[in-house]
Amino acid sequence: MKYLDEYRDASIARALLVEIARRVTRPWVLMEICGGQTHTLMRYGIDELLPPRIELVHGPGCPVCVTPLEIIDKAIAIASLPDVTLVSYGDMLRVPGSHSDLLHVKAGGGDVRVAYSPMEALKVARANPARRVVFLGIGFETTAPANAMAVWQAAREGLKNFSMLASQVLVPPAIRLLLESQQHRVQGFIAPGHVCTVMGYEEYVELAQAFRVPIVVGGFEPVDLLEAISMLVAQLEEGRAEVENQYVRSVTREGNRPAQEIMRKVFEVSDRKWRGIGLIPRSGLKLRGEFATFDAEKVFDVATREVEEPVVCISAQVLQGLKKPPDCPAFGERCTPATPLGAPMVSAEGACAAYYQYRRHAVGRVGGVR
Amino acid sequence: MSDDRHPLEQFACPVALPAQDKVLLGHGSGGRLSAELLQKVFMPAFQSLALDSLNDQAVVDVDGVRLAFTTDSFVVKPLFFPGGDIGSLAVHGTINDLAVGGAEPLFLSAAFILEEGLLLATLEQVVASFSRAAQEAGVAVITGDTKVVEKGKGDGLFINTSGIGRVPPGINLSADQARPGDCILLSGSIGEHGIAILSQREGLEFESPIRSDSAPLHTLVAAMLAASPAIRCMRDPTRGGVSSALNEIAAQSRVGMELEESAIPIQEAVRGACELLGLDPLYVANEGKLLAIVDAAQAEPILAAMRAHPLGQQARIIGRVTESNPGLVMMRTSLGTTRIVDMLSGDQLPRIC
Repeated sequence: MKYLDEYRDASIARALLVEIARRVTRPWVLMEICGGQTHTLMRYGIDELLPPRIELVHGPGCPVCVTPLEIIDKAIAIASLPDVTLVSYGDMLRVPGSHSDLLHVKAGGGDVRVAYSPMEALKVARANPARRVVFLGIGFETTAPANAMAVWQAAREGLKNFSMLASQVLVPPAIRLLLESQQHRVQGFIAPGHVCTVMGYEEYVELAQAFRVPIVVGGFEPVDLLEAISMLVAQLEEGRAEVENQYVRSVTREGNRPAQEIMRKVFEVSDRKWRGIGLIPRSGLKLRGEFATFDAEKVFDVATREVEEPVVCISAQVLQGLKKPPDCPAFGERCTPATPLGAPMVSAEGACAAYYQYRRHAVGRVGGVR
Repeated sequence: MSDDRHPLEQFACPVALPAQDKVLLGHGSGGRLSAELLQKVFMPAFQSLALDSLNDQAVVDVDGVRLAFTTDSFVVKPLFFPGGDIGSLAVHGTINDLAVGGAEPLFLSAAFILEEGLLLATLEQVVASFSRAAQEAGVAVITGDTKVVEKGKGDGLFINTSGIGRVPPGINLSADQARPGDCILLSGSIGEHGIAILSQREGLEFESPIRSDSAPLHTLVAAMLAASPAIRCMRDPTRGGVSSALNEIAAQSRVGMELEESAIPIQEAVRGACELLGLDPLYVANEGKLLAIVDAAQAEPILAAMRAHPLGQQARIIGRVTESNPGLVMMRTSLGTTRIVDMLSGDQLPRIC
């Protein structure tokens, strides 16, 4: 299959590994931002293949993991209303809220549906004028244009029964927060290829310069990631701190302008709470005032509560690259994908879930449900 | 935020989900949740030796004749799909559950649950297809039942079928018999049934439409058993796909397994659809494929017999049973590393059988 096979090719991967081994003279700590990249690294066991001096740590780029508890609780409250159809990406249904999840709402008679695109929610709204249709619009810059387009289209058609519960987050403010932390160990970043396909990588140039850290925009296949690692190692060994683009088949410096335009028309930058992290200034998007009638937070009078999350797992250290998922005493024992104690164990893109699913044999934690 | 630590240092995680008090769709996925339901609800209630073996069929001795007995319900949506419909699927599914126990299928029952308002023409079409599939497979439909539920209380039509077959003397297949060193055989390319259903539901169109592989496997099984009796067990990897079937065998036999990623045949269109939908073909349902665990010394003649049969032309050895990692299915990736092929933990997948 074109654009896939050549990026999973074992001989190309081996050549890149030889190159990385030749280049590396000192230990380096690298972080991939996106959960999709973490997933590939674990699935293909790329950490096993790299020279021991290269350590990979895993970033916060799992949209399901960082969606705040309040949003899940609101979605559950809205979906429980008798005249509401809630449409969501499939992963969100399993994410635990304070007391329940959307799968349980569905099992209790709530009309909760899974869609691959927000445009499907519009179809549901058109076909069911007597029901209020709500799309749970979460994600990073990757999902923002499609979510914006759904609202834009609903406004153009004058759809009265469609709204969006939006919880969009942005990658660069999260990287900034990480780099400002005293404890952080990350010396180079693999930037998320899908986010940059939409946004370009202009924003990352400023980060690379301000914090003297190399950033390579990377793709999602094994060869993509090995090439991105090789480019980062080259920069680090040569003392450079630039933004480079490995994912050239998809990403350009300026990104997808029409996609950015529809995002700007519908959304504006706002402070956002990240699950487990807390409020990050100007790290998210909210619907602009003129789209208030499509904003589920305004349409539905659902009480918002500040939800306290008890500290029972080590996600903070995992996200900073201070610890790995298997360092957690609950990993693979009390905490599994079937019984997640923390958000990174919920979504397939979460670092803990990726370790559990593909590599728990290698870290000596085979226990758990069986 | 109350203290002045860096926000990342305060990262906290949510509490665990409350205990489940309702049936979720995931309980029907064929994965971990299904297994839990079986262990916690059904097995304690229906204790019997035949049930404890957890095979797709029970084999019981009746006056010296070994009978295989199985039952299955079909709730697939849509009712008609490329490569089959709910009628032919019900026949094939039930025959296959008998066949993978080494049984020669003899009789079927047909119970229909109809929703008020279903078009009679639709029912006739399904019944005709059921009848044709049974005839082609040489199996008699000898009893049946019909119930009608109020509009909105069913989904058009559901079918339950039971099947009875005869296990020839000397044949004893069971999922707890895999031994280290055994070969894992797969009869053909995977994922076609699940993707045919999904692409129909999602309105996806491919250059060449993906057809369900729905087919009766009993003649293939007979050919394999004729080639060699050194078959430990067989499974047809339906819900939960190849991954769930092998995980079940690994757990019951207390052995490990190592699969070779490059050895698993997958049609190009199925691969493409899986990439698009974010699915792993190892978890996607099949309705006309079988997995066999066989003594390595007899793998070649069994493989040759499979390849000589129209439903096994693409049969391959896809891996081996190991002593290491008991209960786990491992995969050698194209890069030469190994990863776990886990049991599905109850993901949201539409009704496919």
